[in-house]
Amino acid sequence: MHHAALDQQHHSHDQSGQYDHICTRSSGAAEPSFPGQRSRNPRRKWQLFPGRNRFYCDGRIMMARQTGVFYLTLVLILLTSGLFFTFDCPFLASNLTPAIPAVGGVLFVFVMGMLLRASFTDPGVLPRATPDEAADLERQIDSAGCSRPPPRTREVLINGQTVKLKYCFTCKMFRPPRASHCSLCDNCVERFDHHCPWVGNCVGRRNYRFFYLFILSLSFLTIFIFSFVITHVIIRSNRTGFLSALKDSPASVLEVVVCFFSVWSIVGLSGFHTYLISSNQTTNEDIKGSWSTKRGKDNYNPYSYGNILTNCCAALCGPLPPSLIDRRGLIQSDTPQTVSQSNQSNQSNGTSQHHSHMCDQDQCLQSTKSVLQAAAPLLHSAPVVLAPLPVKTTSLGGPCAYLAPSQPSLPSCGGDVLTLRDAAADSHCHHHLHHHHHHHRRHFVSPEETPCSTPLGALPCPAHLHLHPHLQGPAPPALYDPASQDALHEDSVRGLVKLSSV
Amino acid sequence: MATEFHNLQELRQSASLVTKVFVQRDYSEGTICRFQNKFPSELDNRIERTLLEETVKTLNSYYVEAEKIGGQSYLEGCLACATAYIVFLCLETRYEKVLKKISGYIQEQNEKIYAPRGLLLTDPVERGMRVLEISVFEDRGSGSSSPSSSMSSTGGSAR
Repeated sequence: MHHAALDQQHHSHDQSGQYDHICTRSSGAAEPSFPGQRSRNPRRKWQLFPGRNRFYCDGRIMMARQTGVFYLTLVLILLTSGLFFTFDCPFLASNLTPAIPAVGGVLFVFVMGMLLRASFTDPGVLPRATPDEAADLERQIDSAGCSRPPPRTREVLINGQTVKLKYCFTCKMFRPPRASHCSLCDNCVERFDHHCPWVGNCVGRRNYRFFYLFILSLSFLTIFIFSFVITHVIIRSNRTGFLSALKDSPASVLEVVVCFFSVWSIVGLSGFHTYLISSNQTTNEDIKGSWSTKRGKDNYNPYSYGNILTNCCAALCGPLPPSLIDRRGLIQSDTPQTVSQSNQSNQSNGTSQHHSHMCDQDQCLQSTKSVLQAAAPLLHSAPVVLAPLPVKTTSLGGPCAYLAPSQPSLPSCGGDVLTLRDAAADSHCHHHLHHHHHHHRRHFVSPEETPCSTPLGALPCPAHLHLHPHLQGPAPPALYDPASQDALHEDSVRGLVKLSSV
Repeated sequence: MATEFHNLQELRQSASLVTKVFVQRDYSEGTICRFQNKFPSELDNRIERTLLEETVKTLNSYYVEAEKIGGQSYLEGCLACATAYIVFLCLETRYEKVLKKISGYIQEQNEKIYAPRGLLLTDPVERGMRVLEISVFEDRGSGSSSPSSSMSSTGGSAR
């Protein structure tokens, strides 16, 4: 098979054991910007990167897969600033002071610099475990547990607080504390904060300060532009009247509108992140309430340094670790070829063939697996599934849809962590499957019908649409009976109402 | 203790790999990079306990130095922020400097201590700072093939 052959070829080239088990098909689906190079032997490690990232400039720039909203951010900032400098600044410089365009210029350059830095930097992706490591871990896990399902969590005592380390099935390792797996990028990220579509990347350990400085400086820039455009219009209307002032500088209206609507969300977000930094928490931890005292009287944040100033300095001025994934490293073969080595390579070829077989069933199977894994314990980990449906995610209100990762439980309607009982969830899920499967056959009407109040609540429904092709095997033909359809419909709507009211 | 391999080159080119032993991360101090000082049982007859523990302790101290939050790191951070992080295009961060020191140290340890015993340390940076990988090569010297063969058989059955 073509992919197995490619894998073997890659394996023979890459004996260092880093990425030799990675299927080229999955990295091909990540759509690199130079598809022509894929047919030749990959020279650099970014070309074999297993996550769903995009690389530009031969691996120097790294972004998430969906970058549409990032371009929107760029356009908004460039447009508003451009209009400000072209139409308002000449007037303000001559009538008030030339310091205004100067300060504005500095702010603008800083904002753009921070935005590009936050978008293009590796957020702290943890490379996946090599096959040897994964096998060693499996051996340890299996030998440790006497009970049938082997424990996939480890408990660690950090500063007197017990922290659970979870095993990541995709990356085949125990995640370090504060790390999380981003389902959109399919990577484990250190100190994972959230995945920001506006920035087009995850926000993690290596780019959190850039993200924070971006939103902070953007709030200053927005307020700056807003106030000076208003000043401009006021001065003009004092001279010539309000309406003619607006006619003379029509761009001002657009700028005021954009700034007015952005200032609330951006300033709010800056305030929120300032609070997070001062208490040394990540968005992920705050949303889940990991360190809140509601969980237990003795619950506290073990990572906090105790005082606000140290927390801020640590987050913003702490050491910046280098990228662990070595995107631009050259792929080389260096280990010796001996009998036991070839035995090992046979084993890994077996696994690589297995992986290529898995990849043949395409992204669909991977995302289905993640959906099933995520959906199994709790229903509302569904937002994760929206990776193949980007439009829905970006229509969420607020500047940053905080798309928390898959494995931990997620907030749904209401914002608190839901603790649905599995039985209830299963029955609702079951209803949804039948309900949506039927509607799926007719028309895509179901998402709109969900009576969930918050935007996040609408998300579980597309997830169920997604689940269908793979779980509908044993579906009885009685489903399509129109008489029972109405009863099912009513039932599931009631179920949805119950779900949303929790 | 067999002293068959006198240099690293010979080890890398002609030796046969038996198994790999992994020293995992120790998260008891938080997210700082630290490796467990637990001696892996597979290396019982290959190297003295104290030597490996000394290596791990030195590595841990290097990582503490790299991630230290103090005067120098604040200065570096503020300077970088003031120049919109352009300064990092020319200068190397302290972390990177320490990582270079660490790879030099590991190379030296390999040459002096581990290669003569048929072992090889892999820099944790190449494994994403997850583990300290110790490759165990075939011990051709004392003819004690039983421990290595049993290791390889357990290694094989686990896969």
